[in-house]
Amino acid sequence: MAMIEMRGIMRHYDVGEVVVKAIRGLDLSVGLGEFVAVMGPSGSGKSTLMNILGCLDKPTQGSYVLDGLETSTADSDEFADIRNAKIGFVFQGFNLLARTTALENVELPLFYGRHLSRKEQTERAKKALTDVGLGDRFMHTSSQLSGGQQQRVAIARAMVNDPAFILADEPTGNLDSEMTLEVMSLFQELNDRGKTIVMVTHEPEVANFTRRIIIMRDGSLVSDQPVRDRGSAAADLAAWKEQHSLLAGMKGAAS
Amino acid sequence: MTFGRLISHSMRSIFRNRIRSLLTSLGIIIGVGSVIVMVGVGQGSQAQISKQIASMGTNLIMVFPPRGDRNGPRQANRLSEADVTKLRAESSYLSAISGEVRDTFKVVGGSGYWSTTVYGVEPDYLVIKQWGMKSGYFFTDKDLASRNKVAVLGATVVKKLFGDADPVGQSVRIGTTPFTVTGVLTSKGSNAMGDDQDDAVMVPLDTALTRLEQSRYINTIEMSAVRQDLMDQAQTEVEQILRESHRLSAGADADFEVMNQSEIIKTASQTSKTLTTLLAAIAGVSLLVGGIGIMNIMLVSVTERTREIGIRMSVGAHKRDILLQFLSESIILSLLGGVIGIILAIVVCSLLGSIGNVPTVIKPGIIAASAGFAAAVGIFFGYYPARKAANLYPIDALRYE
Repeated sequence: MAMIEMRGIMRHYDVGEVVVKAIRGLDLSVGLGEFVAVMGPSGSGKSTLMNILGCLDKPTQGSYVLDGLETSTADSDEFADIRNAKIGFVFQGFNLLARTTALENVELPLFYGRHLSRKEQTERAKKALTDVGLGDRFMHTSSQLSGGQQQRVAIARAMVNDPAFILADEPTGNLDSEMTLEVMSLFQELNDRGKTIVMVTHEPEVANFTRRIIIMRDGSLVSDQPVRDRGSAAADLAAWKEQHSLLAGMKGAAS
Repeated sequence: MTFGRLISHSMRSIFRNRIRSLLTSLGIIIGVGSVIVMVGVGQGSQAQISKQIASMGTNLIMVFPPRGDRNGPRQANRLSEADVTKLRAESSYLSAISGEVRDTFKVVGGSGYWSTTVYGVEPDYLVIKQWGMKSGYFFTDKDLASRNKVAVLGATVVKKLFGDADPVGQSVRIGTTPFTVTGVLTSKGSNAMGDDQDDAVMVPLDTALTRLEQSRYINTIEMSAVRQDLMDQAQTEVEQILRESHRLSAGADADFEVMNQSEIIKTASQTSKTLTTLLAAIAGVSLLVGGIGIMNIMLVSVTERTREIGIRMSVGAHKRDILLQFLSESIILSLLGGVIGIILAIVVCSLLGSIGNVPTVIKPGIIAASAGFAAAVGIFFGYYPARKAANLYPIDALRYE
């Protein structure tokens, strides 16, 4: 059964006299356990697609069934519940609460969701942070963490409620190569464990770590291909580190 | 989101911005504080005035010569000892009665002289005025009948003439007439008008009329009614007896005026009640301004935290959760301000009492009312910003820079 089933999705924005057609009739089906990269130039409608996929926005027309649930009839509270229970968001700018510890940030979805005891919440948040390799950073606030670490906190937050799928909007856009590899190896690990992931990116090398690449242009899908030579971010990261320690060693020897 | 977590989240975000929270609450702190202090001062002075008027005497009824028209000719004073005698004989509601004649004299004795008011009164005067003797004795009916030249001094007069020495048995000269001091009055302090009641010398009424005044007429008749609830009957009766005594025909204007203590208290407390209300209203305006301050900061805070609102919405917060969060923040801010204001007001009031010598009364009712009002301000002025936050569109909120 498909995790995401979109049929005839259109999204029009009424901007005064002109109607901007951001998405013009889009069909998309994403199955359980897929890892999809959405690519395309700016203005192609991929952000709009993300908003609709994330239940942050409603299509003007069309049907969107998420995990067997028709979303087009939901009101804003039901939308909030769907976001809480079914979707884990990872944003380009991390979107962590400022001056708030990593643990509190990860606990946030649990505040608004199913009623767990205070203790259970903390347990689950701690486990999610440990899973992304931040078991020793519970009490650090965003400003005390590197970009890669902040994005990992965001991933822990996305995972804490065990959502149906993870929706990542340019998750590596603000990160350097090493951090990008870190985050992508984490995504691949999650996907290997069966998690469905949809990710918007404009970096081909990042898209290459996914299993399927969708390209959008002018509000429509123009290409939908499986990834043939799928890279391993973990292996690349190890190679990158080795190379850098070698370089550092050479520099050390030279001086 | 459960209630406990709502509060803990709100508290966290309040304490994350300590200075701003304090500044936001400042309006409420000052508002609540000034309402309580103002009402406290108002009620304190009200209580003090009542106490001072009560200290004038017990169930006091007074008869004065007519005040007359301000512009017209002053009517002649016809109050005399005969009126006092008739009242004493015929009234059934009076427990004590004394005529009073007063004039200013130079009193010489001890180490110097002092200009003071000399009262010619009767022994009942002490009972009516609830006055006591510090030393010696007050003159008796016998002294009155014999027109003895005896005098009782007030504390201020003793201090001016004799310093710390006991003047009982000493001689003083009032005007040109020598008197023997038989006693000293206890100190009574100042009255409601601020006059020093201890700056006085008492002599027997008859002595004063013959030796000092050479007059038949007296200035005042002072009386005590038997019980407080009989004051009105007593007053009516006094008026009747005096009309008879002065042979006034049924429709004629009275050539005297009767006043009783409860009327004076009523008038005085009415004035200070108006003053209290006025002060409280002014302070209330500052509370209102404080509320607007809270709304202002909450609006800024909503704008500033648009992204946070977007994040909360993206992870599943309902509109209601956001509304309640901002609302509870403003309520907590104004309640905290209220509590600090109350504490501050209590401190200020006790300082006013101990340093400024201003009497204050803080009733639990006013504390409860101002705390309630602070919470109401929080709800009222917090609702609009909170609703604005709750109605943000998640996408716009997330994109907000």
